[in-house]
Amino acid sequence: MIRGPIPQAPAQPPKAQVEITIDGTAARIPEGSTILDACKSLGVETPTLCFLQSLTPVNACRVCVVELEGSRVLVPACARRVEPGMVIHTDSERVRHSRKMVLEFLASSVDLSTAPDAQRFCERYGADPARYAESDGSAATVEQPVKIDNQLYVRDYSKCILCYKCVEACGVDAQNTFAIAVAGRGFEAHISTEYDVPLPDSACVYCGNCIGVCPTGALMFSSEHELRARGQWNEAEQTATETICSYCGVGCTLTLHVQDNSIVKVTSPIENDVTSGHLCVKGRFGFSYVQNRPDDV
Amino acid sequence: MDLHYTADVATDDERAAVDGLLGPARNGVSGAAARRQRHLLLPVLHALADRIGWISAGALNYVSRRLDVAPAEAYGVATFYALFSTTPRPPRVLHVCDDIACIDAGAQALCSALASTFGPAGESGPDAAATWLRTPCLGLCDRAPAALLATAGAQHAMVQLAPVDAEDLARAMTGTSNGAGAVPRIGGSELRLLRRVGKVDPESIDAYRAHDGYSALREAFELGPGRIIAEITASKLLGRGGAAFPTGRKMDAVARAPERPHYLICNADESEPGTFKDRILMEYDPYAIVEAMTIAAYAVGCERGFIYIRGEYPLAAHRIGHAVAQARRHGFLGNDIMSRGFRFDIEVRRGAGAYICGEETALFNSIEGKRGEPRSKPPFPVQAGLFGKPTQINNVETLANIPLILLEGGAAYARIGTPDSTGTRLFCLSGAIAHPGLYEVPHGTTLGALIEMAGGVRGQERLQAILLGGAAGAFVPPGALTMPLTFEDARAAGATLGSGVVMLFSERVDLPAILRRIAQFFRDESCGQCVPCRVGTVRQEEALHRLASDGTSAGRKGDVLLLDEIGRAMRDASICGLGQTAANVIDSARKNLDLFTSEAQQ
Ligand SMILES: Cc1cc2nc3c(=O)[nH]c(=O)nc-3n(C[C@H](O)[C@H](O)[C@H](O)COP(=O)(O)O)c2cc1C
Ligand code: SF4
Ligand code: SF4
Ligand code: SF4
Ligand code: FES
Ligand code: FES
Repeated sequence: MIRGPIPQAPAQPPKAQVEITIDGTAARIPEGSTILDACKSLGVETPTLCFLQSLTPVNACRVCVVELEGSRVLVPACARRVEPGMVIHTDSERVRHSRKMVLEFLASSVDLSTAPDAQRFCERYGADPARYAESDGSAATVEQPVKIDNQLYVRDYSKCILCYKCVEACGVDAQNTFAIAVAGRGFEAHISTEYDVPLPDSACVYCGNCIGVCPTGALMFSSEHELRARGQWNEAEQTATETICSYCGVGCTLTLHVQDNSIVKVTSPIENDVTSGHLCVKGRFGFSYVQNRPDDV
Repeated sequence: MDLHYTADVATDDERAAVDGLLGPARNGVSGAAARRQRHLLLPVLHALADRIGWISAGALNYVSRRLDVAPAEAYGVATFYALFSTTPRPPRVLHVCDDIACIDAGAQALCSALASTFGPAGESGPDAAATWLRTPCLGLCDRAPAALLATAGAQHAMVQLAPVDAEDLARAMTGTSNGAGAVPRIGGSELRLLRRVGKVDPESIDAYRAHDGYSALREAFELGPGRIIAEITASKLLGRGGAAFPTGRKMDAVARAPERPHYLICNADESEPGTFKDRILMEYDPYAIVEAMTIAAYAVGCERGFIYIRGEYPLAAHRIGHAVAQARRHGFLGNDIMSRGFRFDIEVRRGAGAYICGEETALFNSIEGKRGEPRSKPPFPVQAGLFGKPTQINNVETLANIPLILLEGGAAYARIGTPDSTGTRLFCLSGAIAHPGLYEVPHGTTLGALIEMAGGVRGQERLQAILLGGAAGAFVPPGALTMPLTFEDARAAGATLGSGVVMLFSERVDLPAILRRIAQFFRDESCGQCVPCRVGTVRQEEALHRLASDGTSAGRKGDVLLLDEIGRAMRDASICGLGQTAANVIDSARKNLDLFTSEAQQ
């Protein structure tokens, strides 16, 4: 057990700086940074869907692409590292076109109703998903029944953009449980347990880390899913309270989301040093004991 | 790892199939040692498919335990490949090609006949003795229409059937049928790569040695690695796998890479519709490929090489496997090759029905036992390829040029062809051509001259268009017959030589239907990883279907413009060459053949 302050690693020598140009502005960026990091430091807003700071970049969604002079194709800002002399355009016609198309492709095939980021990006880039089905409604979608096979969370893959985040969180990036993976190929590729067995038959330990990283609400607490189904989900009315998980000595930070005096979901801040946003089943779902009220019995 | 398994257990036969490859379980390894065998996942899945015909939950659990792979991941791998089934299916599966060269040869009628006798594709129950499926190009377009019969069981077999008629197919469904191993038609003006094809017994290492075999390897040992690479650089050899990258430059980078070990891979996944050149080289001159790999391995410093052969090429896999074994027996592979103290060996790997696994980084993942999803570059294969190590990967035909370069010298080689496109080139002629087959000509030969060598346009038909370079290539009009076949002239004509496909379409053919089949190909073969390709290929196919139905003229105009928009996004934003080229043929049909022009102007 660690007592006293956690020892700090010795200070790193300052990183070499790389000179690049973004949208006409020259900048010095620490070596090893990604183009996305560079954009952030310059205040250039870049849409991302499959990127998360706590996970290995898979650069699959392609909504973050930027134009790099000298490159035949656009490059993903989230994964491409800066190199000296790079000249980057983040708002050229090519960039805006590809971002708009990626968003239209997603919005025309996936239910983005609980994906606020994606909706915001669609608006910003003027995505018009309706045009794919205009003439005869022939546009293929990933629509399918919601999977409800346990009491803790639901999987609604009609809302899945296949960003791989849940797979990474369940695997080496956090949980090391490997209950889910991508199966199938092409448009039929999907997140699945082996042979699509229900979660209770799979390796799942209900840590909920996949829920924590899912950007679209495809993975959702049952409590949230039920409230939404009844039309009672009301984020504006919710409070978020930080506390420390009382189950064990790790001391994970919990954020309790409360609506009408009931905990409706539990998250952990992604910046938190201890959790990086990840929890275990106890912290994530073991909250009923704090709200055992007489009228619940 | 502490993995979890469902209750499903493997049958005795399933265990036997797995143990046949991995050795008995009680002698088997576990933990980290088992995980190091992850690269055997694809071979094990093949063993199950060969023996049982499909991969059950119990079998997959057993495989996962033996290799310490999470079952969900193993399932993700098994469901990636078109040749594998994770639901029960009959032991005999007839794969019938309905791709573009076979459409020209009547594949639709064959499929209709099969459907009326045996029911729709893939819909016979698991208790039936046989089922049939539609498949993309089988690489037998020179003998179209084509089919492939896979029979599972203790005596499993895979047989190529081409050309086939309705009776052949019905026989294949109901009983046994022997694929006739017809010697391919070859031709051209200068047979160098093809000099032994059809003339020298492909199973005999003595015959190979009597016809120049292994003289280039001897020369290689005299030159040493540095001068081999210098000769190849001087030859200006460009890769024949589609990307036209200078081979010498790639070898130089791998040879210099400080990290060890280095790996060598021969890319024999040939799945580009219309392409069959690598198959014929492997089937009829396999030792040449083994020798070329050995030279390349010596030059860049590899002890271990792989040849990744597409799963639908049973004869090529057999002949290469046989050649590797013979070479090993005669000291041309192994610990002390030709008593020169050089150690190198080759493993044969079979693909399992995934065009994308020909993309070099997807191929690495496939060998490593992962889903065949391309990786993002950088890092490049020469820096971090197979197992994360510096890797030399080349196409079969590229490698086949190397012995020739060493025997005549790089400078002499470079005098063949044109200054920027040196050497000869293999062209796969199919479709509406009098004599379909594989032709070898020096770069710079005109398209018209090549077509004349193959007897010209078939019968009395009139040429409508020529597909150059495959599904990822481009259409050129009949007026392009004067075009010299070089990398640079193809580029100037808005086309590419790609993998050497020259497929002729006469006016008999409904070109928009061919475009729809190509669009379907990309939709089916997309790995699904990135959005522009996963969804873009679907939207592209849908727009082409709408254009074929009678919509309003405003709708048709919108769809033509939409095709352009989709194409631009796929080209610009996709991870790999599949998505980046998935709109090329459609784009070229619009630009070079004026297809859909009237729709766009309404
Ligand atoms: C979708 C796709 C499929 C490919 N398939 C093949 C193939 O079957 N055989 C091949 O040699 N190269 C194929 N390539 C090209 C390889 O990625 C790689 O460039 C080639 O193996 C390098 O060899 P080379 O330099 O000798 O041409 C493919 C590329 C893409 C994008
Ligand atoms: S809840 Fe945890 S263990 Fe279960 S699938 Fe999600 S990440 Fe994996
Ligand atoms: S379920 Fe969510 S996290 Fe998982 S791939 Fe789909 S959108 Fe991404
Ligand atoms: S372009 Fe297509 S095949 Fe290539 S990585 Fe993306 S989805 Fe996969
Ligand atoms: S956020 Fe960069 S590719 Fe998805
Ligand atoms: S074998 Fe049928 S198209 Fe190539």
